[in-house]
Amino acid sequence: MGSSISIFISSVLVNNPLVMLFLGLCSFIGVTKKFSEAFCMGVAVTIVTFLSQQVTFALNSPLVYFGIEYLRLLVFIAVIASLVQIIDIVMKKFMPAMHKLFGIFLALITTNCLVLYVAIVQVSKAYTYMESTAFGLGTGCGYLLMMVIMAGIREQLELSNSPVIVKGTPLVLMIACFLSLMMQGFYGVGG
Amino acid sequence: MQEEKTRITWNHTFFAEVVDRNWVLVLTIGLCPALAVSTSVVNCISMGAAATFCLVCSSVLISILRKQIPNDVRITAFIVIIGTFVTIVDYSIQAISLNIYNALGAFISLIVVNCILLAHAEAYASKNSVMATAVNAFGTGVGFTFALLLLGVPREILGSGTIFGYNIVWEGFQTWLVMQTPVGGFFTMPLWIVLINWLRRNKSSANCGEGGCHG
Repeated sequence: MGSSISIFISSVLVNNPLVMLFLGLCSFIGVTKKFSEAFCMGVAVTIVTFLSQQVTFALNSPLVYFGIEYLRLLVFIAVIASLVQIIDIVMKKFMPAMHKLFGIFLALITTNCLVLYVAIVQVSKAYTYMESTAFGLGTGCGYLLMMVIMAGIREQLELSNSPVIVKGTPLVLMIACFLSLMMQGFYGVGG
Repeated sequence: MQEEKTRITWNHTFFAEVVDRNWVLVLTIGLCPALAVSTSVVNCISMGAAATFCLVCSSVLISILRKQIPNDVRITAFIVIIGTFVTIVDYSIQAISLNIYNALGAFISLIVVNCILLAHAEAYASKNSVMATAVNAFGTGVGFTFALLLLGVPREILGSGTIFGYNIVWEGFQTWLVMQTPVGGFFTMPLWIVLINWLRRNKSSANCGEGGCHG
């Protein structure tokens, strides 16, 4: 239990997926223009990461049992793609309002590095069930946290008068540089 | 005639992909692996080579099969094809050098969700002939490696004072440890983008001065 908690904290802060591990930067740059959008994307990614982590954890032991570990990558990416599709369909049927809010972002999540990263790393580090769950949830929450912080900063930046050549991506990366420095301050927390 | 045509293909697709439309630096696609592995030049070259191999092979295969793949399931088909080649590369690197495998970490497997590969399959390989696709994919791959080196060379020289592992700085050089951390990646990348934006702006304003504004 103690190791699960420390894994959760370290994957939110020390190994923050966005600014420390460079996972999912496309959405970090693309979807953080508006606070509400960034929040929706963050929540959607957290949910999908958690669900796909559960499914891939369960699927790994049959793969090992039959000795077909070399198919792991293909199985995982297929599972993630179909999972996203299923969530999309279920949401459309039962939660049309939610689907309207999250719909566009759901399709993007399949190619978000984060989801596949969690699935692969939990296997290569041989985490137990509790540790894997903590790792999946923590990574998702770390993503949500950074998306929200970045969107908040960017909304304020819109009002500033920055030079034309820095506008857009370079400015986002420079802010990310400082956020990354900030997260480095947590180094050592959570083990 | 044939030769002329080949030369045009190389000029228009290969060099355009490497310099003018560099996916990482100009279109800012595929940033995740570029920033993550560019702590040393060796990592950059191996990551670039791995991605180029996957890109060329998967794009050629997709281009061959482009008439057979049904439109509705094309994304899934692309991902399965890309995933196959990534698995090959994953196991090959593990067999060739365990050091490089450990240094690149999960990012070899993550080539499968690299936006460059899927975007190339969707936008180019599924619409063009095999030969043109091969040249274009190779150009894209070389452009990716080039961008990685632009990030990796300054990061390795400033961060650890070496290049390819050989010491090249003078005695008493204080290495910038920060360049080896994720901060260094976030610091180097925008500087290159700003430089490119500045060069482009100058170029386009020079064109405008001559009477033809091409942008």
